[in-house]
Amino acid sequence: MTEPLLARHSLEYPGGYTRSVGPIVGRFLTGLRDGRLEGVRLADGRVLVPPTEYDPVTAAPTSVDDFVAVGPAGTVLSWSWVDAPRPEKHRLDRPFAFALIRPDGADTAMLHMVDVPSAAGMSTGMRVIPRWRVERVGGVADIEAWVPYADGDPIPEVPAIPGFDAMDHDDVTGIVSTGRLDFEISAGAATSRFLLGLAEGKIIGGRAPGSEDVYAASRGTDPTTGEPTSVEVEVRDSGIVTTFCIVNIPGLSDLAPEIPYASAQVLLDGANNTFFGLIRGCEVDEVRMGMRVRAKWRDDLAADHRSIEWWEPTGEPDAAYDEYKDYL
Amino acid sequence: MRDVAVVSFAYSTSPKELAHNEVEMIVPVVREAIAASGIAREEIGFTCSGSLDYLQGGPFSFVMGLDAVGAWPPIRESHVEMDGAWALYEAWVAIQTGEVDSALVYGFGKPSQGDVHEIMTLQYDPYYVAPLWPSMVDMAALQARAYLDASGRTERDLAEVAARALRDGASTPQAIRADANATADALLAEPMVADPLRASDIFPTTDGAAAIVLAADDLARRVSKRPVWIRGIDHRIEPHALGSRDLTRSESTAIAARAAGVGNGPIDVAEVHAQFSHEVLILAEALGVDPAVVNPSGGPLAANGVMSAGLVRIGEVARRIAAGDANRGVAHVTSGPALQQNLVCVLEGE
Repeated sequence: MTEPLLARHSLEYPGGYTRSVGPIVGRFLTGLRDGRLEGVRLADGRVLVPPTEYDPVTAAPTSVDDFVAVGPAGTVLSWSWVDAPRPEKHRLDRPFAFALIRPDGADTAMLHMVDVPSAAGMSTGMRVIPRWRVERVGGVADIEAWVPYADGDPIPEVPAIPGFDAMDHDDVTGIVSTGRLDFEISAGAATSRFLLGLAEGKIIGGRAPGSEDVYAASRGTDPTTGEPTSVEVEVRDSGIVTTFCIVNIPGLSDLAPEIPYASAQVLLDGANNTFFGLIRGCEVDEVRMGMRVRAKWRDDLAADHRSIEWWEPTGEPDAAYDEYKDYL
Repeated sequence: MRDVAVVSFAYSTSPKELAHNEVEMIVPVVREAIAASGIAREEIGFTCSGSLDYLQGGPFSFVMGLDAVGAWPPIRESHVEMDGAWALYEAWVAIQTGEVDSALVYGFGKPSQGDVHEIMTLQYDPYYVAPLWPSMVDMAALQARAYLDASGRTERDLAEVAARALRDGASTPQAIRADANATADALLAEPMVADPLRASDIFPTTDGAAAIVLAADDLARRVSKRPVWIRGIDHRIEPHALGSRDLTRSESTAIAARAAGVGNGPIDVAEVHAQFSHEVLILAEALGVDPAVVNPSGGPLAANGVMSAGLVRIGEVARRIAAGDANRGVAHVTSGPALQQNLVCVLEGE
């Protein structure tokens, strides 16, 4: 059996994903920026922290007019211990606790972090107080972490943001969500066979035992029936342009540095499905349905779809419409 | 209401499915379920799947999944970005409309391709919670402690649950983690992973796929010697903010259980989608079932194919009823952090 190929893949929004927060969340985050912890009073008198635009029980809307100060001290209702902080994710680089903390004057708890040296320093019911960041931006991490607090001790001052006067600034209207997920994706059996074929300058497809229909590339099945394409079939590296489009948008493909270029579906000789590729070697206005093309292979072949750089006209007579009409 | 039955079930698991892509992983399971259903593939009226794009970091993963079921000539199809059990719910509704008499339901996922504990963070509140990156294990641990504090139960109770799951898993071919000789004492000697949870309290990362074929009324009776009827099915959701919920119990499960009629007869077997040991205890209480009949397969602590393990709960109950080992049972499926959303399905033999 072919050893499956693995590929690294990351999911990330460059620069972060911009979210507008609306008036209620915005008011709360503005408070954090300015060193205030607030909740919103609900119709039944309970105070919701952190505030949402609605009562989580009745769905009745909440109002910025009903904001009230809470805390800053609070009580830990539950906690869990993080022994190994996640790099580039967690806000502390040493072990800490996640905790549900109910600020004084609130009826609900907010999820946040408690910074103590070890789990032995945590207990349900313990009293904690925010340790504010100096550089606050209007986000939930403006509280760097909560720390143990003894009732009666002075409330620590909120550090001023250097060179920042809240009077000169509008309320927070948005946040930027960053984050990145890393994957290692397996191509699986059929796609690995196809990719390894490219490294040898071959296009390997497959068909189901009970069918004459050949799929190249195959993801492992005949998609019309779900039957595994267990019979390996090599198809030719030439075919017919079934349909195409002219691309005038720059930067979409590193295989086509210049616009305009043509991308097309190619019905490979010996296959029963179409194959995506770029058409070069002629002017884009010469590209047409039925045009016969052949793969332009890279000199340094690899088990990678980029082994076929583009498709070029062969100069043969165009295929008759009947030859490809079932593949449009 | 039409009578709808589970007429076949198949599933597979792997700790890390490297040899096959998603389509190749689904194919054997779907083929086995269709073959066992006695209904020809072309005759199945509706197809519905559950999957999660973030598991592979790309959009529309379910579209590729369709290569596994055969979608030509075009089929009636739908998809949920949830466990396959919610796809089963949609299929059950579709059959209730009278438009179709049968459905293929499947769920699949390969969480081993990324860090599933971290991937699940993306489902949380993006303003207040996700920026702090609590994993799904951290969220579960917060619920575990809240439950232990309120119930008077201890880490030993969690270890007893985990040990039993390992022992029961020993008789489940699909179990990823199993140990016929597991004891609570041995598990309590393990280090904490997310205090108060140890590794044995947390599901093993599991790639997998599951498929069920549903059939209605006379069709079910014709193709199945002993149709396993869905007597009630309901799902309920709670607020997403953990701080706005009572984490010591699962009210949404309790409501869904009443709506599905769990208490209307004896429960011989229950399979609950408890991905953490404390959830077994919370869910048994919410369902009102004897913990002794819960998760004879070992449950998700033995194998937890993400996006298929919920459908497997329904299948595991149905399998036991179809075999005559039980007559009436309940399956539970969850979604969201710390048992936020819960589906309850009551099954009974003909």
